[in-house]
Amino acid sequence: MAFITANWNPLGDAFYRKIELYDMGWSLRDGLKDCMVAAAPYGGPIALLRQSQRPSPSARPQLEIYSSSGVSMASFPWKSGPVRQLGWTVCDDLLAIQEDGTVLIYDLFGTFKRHFSMGNEVVQNQVLEAKVFHSPYGTGVAIVTGASRFTLAMNIDDLKLRRLPEVPGLQGAPSCWAVLTQDRQTKVLLANGADLYILDNTSCTPVTPPGLSPQACSIINMAVSFSYKYLALFTDSGHLWMGSTNLKDKLSEVETKVRSAPKQMVWSRRPKSQQPSVVLMWDRLLLVAGVCKETIQYTLDEECVCVAELDGVRIVGASRHEMLQEVPSACEDIFKIASMAPGALLLEAHKEYEKCSQKADEYLREIKEQSVLGEAVKQCVEAAGYEHEPETQKTLLRAASFGKCFLSNFPPEPFVSMCRDLRVLNSVRDYSVGIPLTHTQYKQMTVQVLIDRLVYRKLYPLAIEICRYLKTPEYQGVSRVLKHWACCKVQQKEEPDESIARAVSVKLGEAAGISYSEIAARAYECGRTELAIKLLEFEPRSGEQVPLLLKMKRSQLGLSKAIESGDTDLVYTVVTYLKNEMNRGDFFMTLRNQPVALSLYRQFCKHQEQETLKDLFNQDDDHHELGNFYVRASYKESKLEARLSLLQSAVDEYNKAKNEFAAKATEEEMKLLRFQRRLDEEKGEALLGLSLHDTLHALLSANYHKQAEQLYRDFRVPDKRYWWLKLTALAEKEDWDELEKFAKSKKSPIGYLPFVEVCVKRHNKYEAKKYVSKVTPEQKVKAHLAIGDLEGAAEAAIERRSEGEISTVLARCSPTTDRALLERLNRARSTAAKK
Amino acid sequence: MAHSVRRDAPELPDFSLLKRLARDQLIYLLEQLPGKKDLFIEADLMSPLDRIANVTTLKEHEVDKLYKVEHKSIVSTSDQLCFLIRPRIQTVKWICDVVNADKAVGKFRRYKVIFCPQKFYACETLLEEQGIIGDVTTDEWSFYLLPLDDDIISLELPEFFRDNFLEGDQRWVRTAGSALHLLHSLYGPFSKVYGIGRCSKMAYESWREQVKEGEQRVRQADIGNVFLIDRDVDLVTPLCSQVVYEGLVDDIFRIKCGCVEFGPDVTSSDKSMKVMLNSQDKVFNEIRNEHFSQVFGFLSQKARNLQTAYDKRSGMDIKQMKTFVSEELKGLKKEHRLLSLHIGASESMMKKKTKQDFQEMLKTEHSLLEGFEIRECISFIEEHINRQASMVESMRLLCLLSLTENGLLPKDYRSLKAQYLQSYGVDHLLTFSNLKQLGLLVEQQPGETLTVMESRVGKLVNDKTAGKLTDAFSSLAKKSNFRALSRRLNLVPKSDEEYDLRVPRDMAYIFSGAYIPLSCKLIEQVLERDGWTGLEEVTRMINGHEFAVTGSNGSDPRGRSDAQRIILVMFLGGCTYSEISALRFLGKEKGYKFVVVTTAITNSARVLESMLDNHA
Repeated sequence: MAFITANWNPLGDAFYRKIELYDMGWSLRDGLKDCMVAAAPYGGPIALLRQSQRPSPSARPQLEIYSSSGVSMASFPWKSGPVRQLGWTVCDDLLAIQEDGTVLIYDLFGTFKRHFSMGNEVVQNQVLEAKVFHSPYGTGVAIVTGASRFTLAMNIDDLKLRRLPEVPGLQGAPSCWAVLTQDRQTKVLLANGADLYILDNTSCTPVTPPGLSPQACSIINMAVSFSYKYLALFTDSGHLWMGSTNLKDKLSEVETKVRSAPKQMVWSRRPKSQQPSVVLMWDRLLLVAGVCKETIQYTLDEECVCVAELDGVRIVGASRHEMLQEVPSACEDIFKIASMAPGALLLEAHKEYEKCSQKADEYLREIKEQSVLGEAVKQCVEAAGYEHEPETQKTLLRAASFGKCFLSNFPPEPFVSMCRDLRVLNSVRDYSVGIPLTHTQYKQMTVQVLIDRLVYRKLYPLAIEICRYLKTPEYQGVSRVLKHWACCKVQQKEEPDESIARAVSVKLGEAAGISYSEIAARAYECGRTELAIKLLEFEPRSGEQVPLLLKMKRSQLGLSKAIESGDTDLVYTVVTYLKNEMNRGDFFMTLRNQPVALSLYRQFCKHQEQETLKDLFNQDDDHHELGNFYVRASYKESKLEARLSLLQSAVDEYNKAKNEFAAKATEEEMKLLRFQRRLDEEKGEALLGLSLHDTLHALLSANYHKQAEQLYRDFRVPDKRYWWLKLTALAEKEDWDELEKFAKSKKSPIGYLPFVEVCVKRHNKYEAKKYVSKVTPEQKVKAHLAIGDLEGAAEAAIERRSEGEISTVLARCSPTTDRALLERLNRARSTAAKK
Repeated sequence: MAHSVRRDAPELPDFSLLKRLARDQLIYLLEQLPGKKDLFIEADLMSPLDRIANVTTLKEHEVDKLYKVEHKSIVSTSDQLCFLIRPRIQTVKWICDVVNADKAVGKFRRYKVIFCPQKFYACETLLEEQGIIGDVTTDEWSFYLLPLDDDIISLELPEFFRDNFLEGDQRWVRTAGSALHLLHSLYGPFSKVYGIGRCSKMAYESWREQVKEGEQRVRQADIGNVFLIDRDVDLVTPLCSQVVYEGLVDDIFRIKCGCVEFGPDVTSSDKSMKVMLNSQDKVFNEIRNEHFSQVFGFLSQKARNLQTAYDKRSGMDIKQMKTFVSEELKGLKKEHRLLSLHIGASESMMKKKTKQDFQEMLKTEHSLLEGFEIRECISFIEEHINRQASMVESMRLLCLLSLTENGLLPKDYRSLKAQYLQSYGVDHLLTFSNLKQLGLLVEQQPGETLTVMESRVGKLVNDKTAGKLTDAFSSLAKKSNFRALSRRLNLVPKSDEEYDLRVPRDMAYIFSGAYIPLSCKLIEQVLERDGWTGLEEVTRMINGHEFAVTGSNGSDPRGRSDAQRIILVMFLGGCTYSEISALRFLGKEKGYKFVVVTTAITNSARVLESMLDNHA
């Protein structure tokens, strides 16, 4: 424990420390010499492009990808053109910017993904220098060409090239340059000798940093901080100017006494930094220059590369990987020699407690007297987060936990979440994983992204464990990882479809929110259609299956799935697709086997394509529906001839369908139509389109009795109907003589009660009475009642000795006027009831 | 009602929330098209829209003029047009014509089409085919449910019945599923779901699917159980003449969206008057579920009470009079007005319904239901047709005859059909074809074993399953299902006892004691048995697809005991006011509260009119 401060160096009133992260697992014969190196921030992977040992024209450089701990992830000979710059995207893809402006994108395992070009102009002029930068918009690429022109691509996933304006007086590459993102604008800051320019979309503005020492005649290196807020300039006079990127404030200027250009220069800051600094690297020297104008010097025994991080600088060498950072104040307070900070005391107290010494109590008392125990615990928890060594972390956490025992209302969350975070961090920092994240970086990056990165490195088990451990909701956690795993699994060409499908289904099981269709889509992309179909079987939502099935040209299956889903929109999608894909015959055949789809399509045709509907029925030999179709069409037709011909077609179809009834009915309709037309022409009646009944009625009303008779015979109208018709027609005309004649013509098939009723309806009681006598005995009562003849009704009812009828009559009698009748009826009823 | 209430009835959940949700969404959608705009509304969305947002609300959100969609060229000077329509192909086509006409004359406007309650792919395809997909923006107004009353919620989709059961077009099933999902998320979780019918099953599945996709919220349930039922499980009930007051009003005056227009003969003035019929109307609320024969008694009692209340005035001093005028008079006046309206309506109905014809028709209906004196019934129907009494009524009787007798004898079928065509025109050939397809009016097939049910099943399911079902059903062939069902479930009470309509003893009172509606009886039985056990034979005769599922929220299946006694009944294909009255009665008897969700309120005329084919 006493050694914790051994690697601390004071810088101003703060300390800097250099922690060893890893002993590198790689074995590089010549170290990092003659290598082009790119290391991604947030403990990302490292790419090396090594020039071949023997300088022969046939020899190709080797591209190697390692984890931060130096575990090899890929290695292959570089077969494309000369590379100017390597860089990593925010999602851990490797960018290789070639001399001709082509940018190749590889994944973490060296698989080529795609490429794009930085513009045609570059092909001739070549790329002199290139930089990969990160902004809120994603990963960008900036190049400067042989013609001294800058071109920017803000986001490589949404490629829009921007050629920046010319820089006056610039020949070849500038002495140094950097990309800035300010106010949502991306700009280039460049130095040409002593002149400094800011280059944006439209203009090139010369700028001067405030208070830059006049001795300098050239700016030879510059560095922009991780957050794009601070700028450092190094001049040929050995001065290091530090200020804000907007060039309004100067922080400090340090004289380094080294005049040669540093190989690399990066900012080392941390959030809430007290003493930000710039780390400069020369061949053998690493210099940390603080704002306080003090410096720390480290000697380097090997070729190194600096990687700027959010909270420090990583230094990657051939044998070691180290982290240089300002000691966080919590750590400083606790570990600084002779510190009396609450955290330090608590740590001491705990140490004594473990030794079973009573001093523990003294220390505790001291803290409690100042009533800073809460703060002490907080400090210990916080410091644990900043420590890299698990042992140190544990010591601090134990102390915190010890201190917590003496507090009654200390919230447990910070402690618990710190323990969790550290557990996760330690597991990803493990040599085999090789992601040396600090707690600060981890918080900035979020668990989601960390899981993504692990997934991207195919570390599925670890990713799942972390998700489970952190209790990430399944949908965003375990399920997502499993989906990626499955997508990766389906690409394993050597395994048979069957076993992959099984493996996938076993692993994924019932995990929530898994989209099998996405996995299947991946399988299909890899040309494994059969596997894709098998996987789709697991997809519970039929809706998701259909689009892919269509894409794979399994439209039949797609159709059945769509129908299964019960979503008619989906069915319709497939039907439309099929309609365009298939020839008509096959299309109809397909529909025929799928009644749901067929009826949907029919509905559509009914409104949109009448003719298609006919074809559909034809195809099915559905003569009955065809007949109906023609009948329906005939009613839309205004011309009689066309109407008749449509009806004739209907008759033919009905005959084919062996529906004699319909055929006959249609034929009669044709007959009727012809008859109506003839009459319309002859007599000027408007009969066309009326039903037979209405035609007859119209004829009778208009006194065309002969024609009516003819219709009656021709169409074999039932007697009853004819009688009813004639009866009502005559009554409506109030042609009482004719009615009487009609009544006497022969025995009425409908009886004579209707005659009575019809007359009464026309308020002609006189006529009505004529027929009462003819009414059958059963209806006598009704007939009498109809004409309001209570006496008669009573007479008839009593005669028939029907209790029901007597009651009916009774109900109509009023107690005041028909007293005598009432009595009679009551008597009769009681006799009837007795019987 | 005079019978005893078994338990205190649970409180119904507040469904006005549904209206508020719909209104807020509509306003949001209207605001998506800022500035003044003209709004075109589909004709059958007018009344539902009126329930949700009145003209003032629309005007507040910069709707300038309102038009009804009439499928004609438009006269509008606004440069922004908004269409609020059902997802129907004809309407979309009309919009295409409007847009293309504007294009032809070089007029530039902004168009927005709001589909209610959802858009269909077919509609979008049409927009694309007509080349205007880029000119219009489309949106969905997910206004699935309109609460018509405290216990009635309607989807206002009358075409559901025809589309689904006749045309085999299942696009509305998902809509029904979504509606159920909405209710579930607002008033669920449901602890038990029962259902019968193919469409119910599909709607249930569609709902479950949506539940799976969405997130689950744990909340206190307002509605415990759900019962889904297809209209074609029971086609007899909607075809019977309604004799309960509310049903009768619907049959005669046609209640539209909970609102009825009484003509001058009712209002006893020279104008007609629109009246909202719901539980807010105190007079109506008391008589709506009563058999018509009882209504007059109630109304006159009411009138007397009212008179007494008015009469109180006579003995009052100034102060009392003042309180009377300020507190009671207004209420009395309102009640007076309503009372006179309902008396007017009753008189008007009385005139129509106490006529001989109607009495005889009822007698025929009851005979059909009982299976008594069928020949007499047939001659009555024949005469009805021959006298051209009423196109729809004749058809209704024919269908009832066919349904209760399980098909007509070929001889009768042909002669009745021929006479019908003579009376009402040969274009009804198509109507008969539709009725046959739906199984409403069929011919008994002497030699063949194919039953009504089978042909219906065969039409709906694909070949493979149909084969299996055919086997299963051949045993049932030629059995009169309605008769058998009626016997098994005791649907027709014994006719020898006098049925006292004043003190109804069962749900049969809604049909003058002649018939307990099959749909309601099924619900009663299933709730009683807590499932379908013991009803196997019944479901086999109905052609099943029955199901009973216990909800996933198994932790506390009893839940709030009150909520368990609130039962949501969803009719797919419509339900009648009589059925609702029957359920209200059942609820009072058993201590339940029923909430009826229906695709639309239907009655015999609406069912049959949807079968007509001369408009399509």
